[in-house]
Amino acid sequence: MTTDDKLYTGAQMVMESFLREGVDTIFGLPGGANLPLYDVLENGGVGIRPVPEGVVPKEYPIRHYLVKHEQCAAHAADAYARVTGEAGVCYGTSGPGATNLVTGIANAFMDSVPLVCVTGQVISALIGRDGFQEADIQGITIPITKHNELVRNVNEIPRAMQEAFYIATTGRPGPVLVDIPRDVLQHTGKFYWQDKVQLRGYKPYTNGVDREEVAKAAELIEQAERPIILSGHGVIISHAFAEVRELAEKANIPVITTLLGISGFPGTHPLYLGMPGMHGMYWNNIAISEADLLIGVGMRFDDRVTGRLKDFAPKAKIVHLEIDPAEIGKNVKPDATLRGDAKTSLRELNKHISHKPRERWFSWLDEMRRKHPSIVIRKTEEVLPQYVIQQIYEATKGDCYVVTGVGQHQMWAAQYFWYDRPNSFVTSGGLGTMGFEVPAAMGAQVAAPNDTVWSICGDGGFMMTLQELATIAEYNWPIKFAIVNNKVLGMVRQWQELFYTNNLVATPLKNPDFVKLAEAFGILGLRAEKKLDVKPVIETAMSHPGPVVIDFQVKYDENCYPMVPPGASLDETIDQPAYAFEPKRVSDERRKVEVG
Amino acid sequence: MNSSSAQARSSFGKIRPHTIIALVEDRPGVLNRIASKWRQRGFNIESLAVGHSEKPGLSRMTFVVDADTNAEQVVRQLDKLIDVVHIRDVSHEDIVSRELAMVKVKADRETRSHIIDIAEVFKAEIVDVEPDSIIIEATGDENHIDSLVNLLRDYEIIELVRTGRVAMLRGPEVSHPHEEDAEQFERAPGIHTW
Repeated sequence: MTTDDKLYTGAQMVMESFLREGVDTIFGLPGGANLPLYDVLENGGVGIRPVPEGVVPKEYPIRHYLVKHEQCAAHAADAYARVTGEAGVCYGTSGPGATNLVTGIANAFMDSVPLVCVTGQVISALIGRDGFQEADIQGITIPITKHNELVRNVNEIPRAMQEAFYIATTGRPGPVLVDIPRDVLQHTGKFYWQDKVQLRGYKPYTNGVDREEVAKAAELIEQAERPIILSGHGVIISHAFAEVRELAEKANIPVITTLLGISGFPGTHPLYLGMPGMHGMYWNNIAISEADLLIGVGMRFDDRVTGRLKDFAPKAKIVHLEIDPAEIGKNVKPDATLRGDAKTSLRELNKHISHKPRERWFSWLDEMRRKHPSIVIRKTEEVLPQYVIQQIYEATKGDCYVVTGVGQHQMWAAQYFWYDRPNSFVTSGGLGTMGFEVPAAMGAQVAAPNDTVWSICGDGGFMMTLQELATIAEYNWPIKFAIVNNKVLGMVRQWQELFYTNNLVATPLKNPDFVKLAEAFGILGLRAEKKLDVKPVIETAMSHPGPVVIDFQVKYDENCYPMVPPGASLDETIDQPAYAFEPKRVSDERRKVEVG
Repeated sequence: MNSSSAQARSSFGKIRPHTIIALVEDRPGVLNRIASKWRQRGFNIESLAVGHSEKPGLSRMTFVVDADTNAEQVVRQLDKLIDVVHIRDVSHEDIVSRELAMVKVKADRETRSHIIDIAEVFKAEIVDVEPDSIIIEATGDENHIDSLVNLLRDYEIIELVRTGRVAMLRGPEVSHPHEEDAEQFERAPGIHTW
């Protein structure tokens, strides 16, 4: 335990904790209850105001980015955490400031993202008395945080902060909220920092890998004739890129990545098969139904992956590598379980496997890929959304971060883009939060200031968080926003068309002029109305040094295929309707779509 | 929280509710966290009893989950809570389980002695006697309490209160062994390579 004799205010303690945890970036919005936290920031001018006697006057070299809505602070911190692999930090004030964070916290919770949210609370004397801007944010966020705490005593702040970072970043990561009343932030006390976090109720790790289970898993892999690796978000979180690749190459097993697992395995690798599930590749869904072994690495067999659960992978035995014991056996019963961090487990498993040719399995997969196009772009003069995504890929060659919202454009960004950069795909998976694309692009750009960030936006989602264009203009982040503008809530319209007798209620959108809108924020706005415009517009955007908003006016009623109808099983996947296409072969060595 | 209906089913010897015991931090909000998990995940709780344990700062909880609920998921989901130090399903272990009930029964000069006779058979205590009522305190497993309550129904029960099950392993073993602290986590470096 380390301490010194000096006195710190509660707000300074929060800052000291940030310094010790290596935090230098915060997204937030001030208000009455969290003002003390702002008063100690670098430009706070501590020397000017009277400082309580004996208190260390200190300014903290921490960069705070002012958002326009707290939801975006949480999403930005979320994306920042995904890109850096470290905890993202966001601020909100009491009451509405805190409740505005809720969507962002829930998003991070569903996608296992380490987030530390520090909220101001009304002064202690007002808590429980319905004070102005009081909300029970601890109670509200219990089901959507890994842990949370209301700190009632200034001396508890360092411990609470240290635990918050420890809990958020270890084991299966997740959001932690620390709620601190304004008076506690202003009180003074000594700063105690533990050498080691003591939490008797928190057991994020196992004591090494279970040798028997490793042997069992290795034996199953050895015997398997039709194995598949299902690589999930856990691979990215634990940076097990090299290990999952080693497993695939050493044992000669094809790899499918879940939506959040995308960019955990090289997108143009010959063993890579793409995404499975509701809008996954047709061949993947059939392959899963045919496989005799599934190796799930850092994934949780979510319903969007499995389709109708009782018919999921009927012929397969299952090896599950998972850090969260509650996920093991929750949806599918594994035949071998390696509990623990994906990297550690894979390293151990990789020692016990050998190369197998599996020629019949690979020729079967090749045949499936030939027969079922799944991702082709048909010949047309219309601007197809898939074409837009594919052109962005061609222009960038994947050397960028791709951030998406939720819906059709998200699925196309998963299907028509090949992620060769590790951890270069940032998307809202579990919660499916529309509007994620704008603030998440901010977080990704802050985390990777020297890289290009493309934000593939839906027009519906963009409208939810576009106020952040002001933030983007202020900090001049050179984010490229590609609005896949079909003037409709596309995925919802697709469901209405397919499952609700095409009753298009409340889905068509009356959008603003996105070019003028961007210009109003002082941002370059571009538009592509014709297919011929697409390429030049992308080039202009890429050569522009600042932020760009591109309005791609795409076909209104394009549907996203392949598709597993809700409630159906994977082998009932609807492929791209073949009649509408001139099938083009998807080349094997580099799965690039040939465009008509 | 209707333990008598669960008991009725379990007396057929087929479907039995699960008994789970947990050692939890004695902090504000712990019950809220646990109840929140139950509600969100749809775990059906029949009874809950909680109080201080032998260790300062820790409370021990016994709760009964209905037979249709996946007890393994209950244990694993609750174990994820930081405030839950240790949790275990003891349904298939050798346990002693008890419940306490207080029954207020209408009693007059004629019926009082009958009621006291019944209480004696069940080794129950009479804790309050008034001209028109009597309070019986009984301890035992749920079957024992159910039988007593069934007999007392003949005399008009005014009020019934039950604590829910508390349980403990037989023998010298402690239900919740103190575990070694988890090893400090080695944080992954921020290098992204294949």
